[in-house]
Amino acid sequence: MEKIAHFFKSFLLIELLKGMAVTGKHLFSHKITVHYPEEKTPQSFRFRGLHAQRRYANGEERCIGCKLCEAVCPALAIKIEVAERSDGSRRTTQYDIDLTKCIFCGFCEESCPVDAIVETRVLEYHGEKRGDLYYTKPMLLAVGEKHEAQIAKDRASDAKYR
Amino acid sequence: MAEIKNYTMNFGPQHPAAHGVLRLVLELDGEVVERADPHIGLLHRGTEKLAEHKTFLQSVPYMDRLDYVSMMCNEHAYVMAIEKLAGIDVPLRAQYIRVMFDEITRILNHLLWLGASGIDLGAMTMFFYTFREREDLMDVYEAVSGARMHAAYYRPGGVYRDLPDTMPQYEASKIHNASAIKRMNENRQGSVLDFIEDFCNRFPANVDEYETLLTDNRIWKQRTVGIGVVSPERALALGFTGPMLRGSGVAWDLRKKQPYEVYDRMDFDIPVGVEGDCYDRYLVRVEEMRQSNRIIKQCVDWLRKNPGSVITENHKFAPPKREAIKQNMEELIHHFKLFTEGMHVPTGEVYSAVEHPKGEFGIYLVSDGANKPYRMKIRAPGYPHLASLNEMSRGHMLADVVAIIGTQDIVFGEIDR
Repeated sequence: MEKIAHFFKSFLLIELLKGMAVTGKHLFSHKITVHYPEEKTPQSFRFRGLHAQRRYANGEERCIGCKLCEAVCPALAIKIEVAERSDGSRRTTQYDIDLTKCIFCGFCEESCPVDAIVETRVLEYHGEKRGDLYYTKPMLLAVGEKHEAQIAKDRASDAKYR
Repeated sequence: MAEIKNYTMNFGPQHPAAHGVLRLVLELDGEVVERADPHIGLLHRGTEKLAEHKTFLQSVPYMDRLDYVSMMCNEHAYVMAIEKLAGIDVPLRAQYIRVMFDEITRILNHLLWLGASGIDLGAMTMFFYTFREREDLMDVYEAVSGARMHAAYYRPGGVYRDLPDTMPQYEASKIHNASAIKRMNENRQGSVLDFIEDFCNRFPANVDEYETLLTDNRIWKQRTVGIGVVSPERALALGFTGPMLRGSGVAWDLRKKQPYEVYDRMDFDIPVGVEGDCYDRYLVRVEEMRQSNRIIKQCVDWLRKNPGSVITENHKFAPPKREAIKQNMEELIHHFKLFTEGMHVPTGEVYSAVEHPKGEFGIYLVSDGANKPYRMKIRAPGYPHLASLNEMSRGHMLADVVAIIGTQDIVFGEIDR
């Protein structure tokens, strides 16, 4: 019996036709393609993209220069210099992130006690030359200002898990 | 009579079928392989040495980048080594989450293997279908950790954060109208667990699809049956683990033989091959995906019923809760100490191994009591597999080398480290 079945299988191409049926079925099913620049794949509120520095609602920058992020950064991508400001508060004079070194592990955000350094949903940053990806403090603050609404919303969604 | 000379050919490192940066020096007699000599080291990043200069926590994201298609399994071996050495208790819920994500990772890895291996042997469609399912699992990765691949989600003592209650959704655009978006978001309404469960229910039918396309296909069989045969004795002698060993008929699986985490509570089977050829290894991996699916389902059921903490309360190893830091001096000190100095793991040495999708992935850790490992050695499953390439491919045709490399599931991140 098995021999007969094998005989017919050997020239009827049954398994190939079955395979064609699968691909044929998908020809008419809903397409799963995401047309990238026009639409995007779903993004989690935990997404770890481009870094940003945040400010408080009154415009005061959050970072207090504790250097926890600099210490925990596995790729040594963060450089911080701290000085006392004229009003006596401790602030950073330099806060640089080298995005070419950064491995986007999220430890800086995890360690920050005041939620100053965050990783945003932005994934389409670019640089035209190498130095463009060396983000300085004003650049990071600008990213933060631009996306503050989304950043605050995402931190609020994640607050109960942390 | 003219003198016949063997022809020496370079295969890779830029060959698309070389799975990354494999450089293979092949000595050919016509089209028959006489000797295959893999040259490795093109992706060497010195992970083991780097780990000696980083605190225990800082090495976690580097583990993702070893075998970059089974990220969380690498992390698992590493955090387990620290936990063993320091005697940290891991909450049960964290153990279930880890087991669930290990199995999700296994499916991810096998799907990539199936797609890439299919493309190597001319089955283009497989790649599209497997990547469709991978996309769902990548979304799960992103939902819990924030990154699609390099998750950095496991921590010594548990996992970073609990599973979120919502799943990210598609947003309307000019390509898809509201009704299409509603259909696409249908399984994203509930929590991450709901999404995973929905995936588990869909997945067996998808595996059936792959099998319809390949298992009986005569071209697939001609390319894989009888290619790269390894006897069980040789497989053991060569140091094979994982699907490579099980494909040869040895029922060896660390999840059964030395259960870690909660694998002893899981109900699953170990598939084994008979012949030890490429086709058997293909069948073993496909069946493993079905078994992983079963495990994920059991984990989802348990996780639904048992909320709780996902990381140890021992603040010498895991940072305290965010709220506690802001109210309590003691907790704040712990937070600062952990992220600057890091954890101190007691003096000693430990070997911890997990059943990685590719085999036994082990971390051998020596600690001298400092906040950094004294020495770390990574046991990569792909290394002995690649080392046997010469034996497996000798006497086969040049095109069969591609099939053998494919079936070995080589990833250079872990071999070169």
